[in-house]
Amino acid sequence: MQQEVLERLTRDLGASLKRVFKRSKRRVYLDVEPKDLLSVARYLLAMDGVRYATATGIDTPSGFEVIHHFDFDSNDMIVSVRVIAQRENPTLPSVATVSKAAEWIEREMHDLLGINFENHPDMRRLILPEDWPEDVCPLRRGKPWEGKVPKKI
Amino acid sequence: MSNRSVIPIGPYHPLQEEPELFRLYVDGERVVDIDIEIGWNHRGIEKLSETKSFDQVTFLIERICGICSTSHPFAYVNAIEDLVGIEPPERAKYIRCVIAELERIHSHLLWVGLAGHFLGYNTVFMWAWKYREPILDICEELTGNRNHYAMMKPGGVRRDLDESKFESVIKRLDELVPKLDILAGAVIDDPVLHARLKGIGILKPEDARRYGAVGPTVRASGIPIDIRADHPYAAYDKVDWKVISLTGGDVYAKAVARVLEMYESVKIIKQCLENMPKGEIDAKVQEVPPGEGIGHAEAPRGETLHYVRSDGTNRPIRHKVRAPTYMNLPTAKATVIGETVADAIIVLASIDPCYCCTERMAMTFDCKSNERVMTGEQLVRLSQEKTRRIRREMGL
Repeated sequence: MQQEVLERLTRDLGASLKRVFKRSKRRVYLDVEPKDLLSVARYLLAMDGVRYATATGIDTPSGFEVIHHFDFDSNDMIVSVRVIAQRENPTLPSVATVSKAAEWIEREMHDLLGINFENHPDMRRLILPEDWPEDVCPLRRGKPWEGKVPKKI
Repeated sequence: MSNRSVIPIGPYHPLQEEPELFRLYVDGERVVDIDIEIGWNHRGIEKLSETKSFDQVTFLIERICGICSTSHPFAYVNAIEDLVGIEPPERAKYIRCVIAELERIHSHLLWVGLAGHFLGYNTVFMWAWKYREPILDICEELTGNRNHYAMMKPGGVRRDLDESKFESVIKRLDELVPKLDILAGAVIDDPVLHARLKGIGILKPEDARRYGAVGPTVRASGIPIDIRADHPYAAYDKVDWKVISLTGGDVYAKAVARVLEMYESVKIIKQCLENMPKGEIDAKVQEVPPGEGIGHAEAPRGETLHYVRSDGTNRPIRHKVRAPTYMNLPTAKATVIGETVADAIIVLASIDPCYCCTERMAMTFDCKSNERVMTGEQLVRLSQEKTRRIRREMGL
């Protein structure tokens, strides 16, 4: 069952996939280029029984990794699509333009990691207060921030 | 839009688990738009988790939620077991199911009680919370705690259940069923509740899909997604139960879905206790290799998803937590708009967002004069008065 899905994905998306990593039969990771992210997301969400679960943003030495998790409810598997944003001015296409379910999590990653999502319908702060300094991102690694915490907190 | 005014509900009471600010834009009695703000009490658990060892993280994330305290550790241990590539022993799987289902029953009873209170059915509130007590007593007897059971552990469970207690637990669960019948009757047969709940706050299946909603919220809209059945974990594929799925998507369907789910939970617990295999309870995870793991579990409110990445040390380098309400709350945009202010409270509460303390903080402002005209208590009273009015009209 999962094998069929995986074969279908590699056949139809083959050209967009940099790397397919099968962690186990229930967990598959697809690495894609940012330019292919939206077409891959659109393809996955058009499949039967596929739901956008959430995304994880990670600050890694090679840049900001964003992993979008898709739940395949009718096939008992999770497919995670990984894109990497450059460290300088990190920008990625917004999956929220494809699925409303990604709206909040992209706002959250914008807050905590400072990643910009192009054409996001509503890029206001979600978790941090409005007067939080623009260049301070709590989930980025590096030197601890020594500035003053805005009063609102 | 000259008559548009704003009703802020929230933002927060520090005791509440998920402080939210709902800005209801109303035109007369109708809600015309809603804006949701979260993050008022962000605790930085994901960052904090990076400073704890894999074993300690379970204790930390158990404290994310006070009501469904076992669902986060459950999803987390699933993620670690996916990362390490081990299976917990059979007995541990059954024990995990027992704890998770006890939690589902008491969480749903809590919601039924609160929903009753919002609607002016304080008897339902008293009853539901009274029936919840024996369940909490069972939790205490089996695990040592009424809540925050600390049972989950990567690779198994932390302590064994005492089999001499199973008989009395099963007896008390059997006693719960007739009480659930009363509650089910109160929801399903009551004409006033039909008038209050049917056809309001409808979440259409296509909206549910679009927002990626989970749990009873989406199962009431005719989409039978349940992690326990679709992505079987622990012992859920070894016991006989069925996914509750209803059509309609209104508040009524969501209430009925929760009541019916409690019967299924009773069934699951009884089977687990009766068929619990003997043996080890811990597969003993020695070390966590570098890599990533994803685990999910069906919490009372829907799918909880955890992502863990390890670099081979004894601590996660990233731990992402996604609670079910994160997906369900935005659906308010699809359900509340078009409803009246008196119905807004129950529609917002219908996704079970741990809403219990919010109403103490709610105030109503007149947009033009910015004058406070209504408190949260009055909003609940408004909802309760509507029920009384319907009762009078029905001659009850």
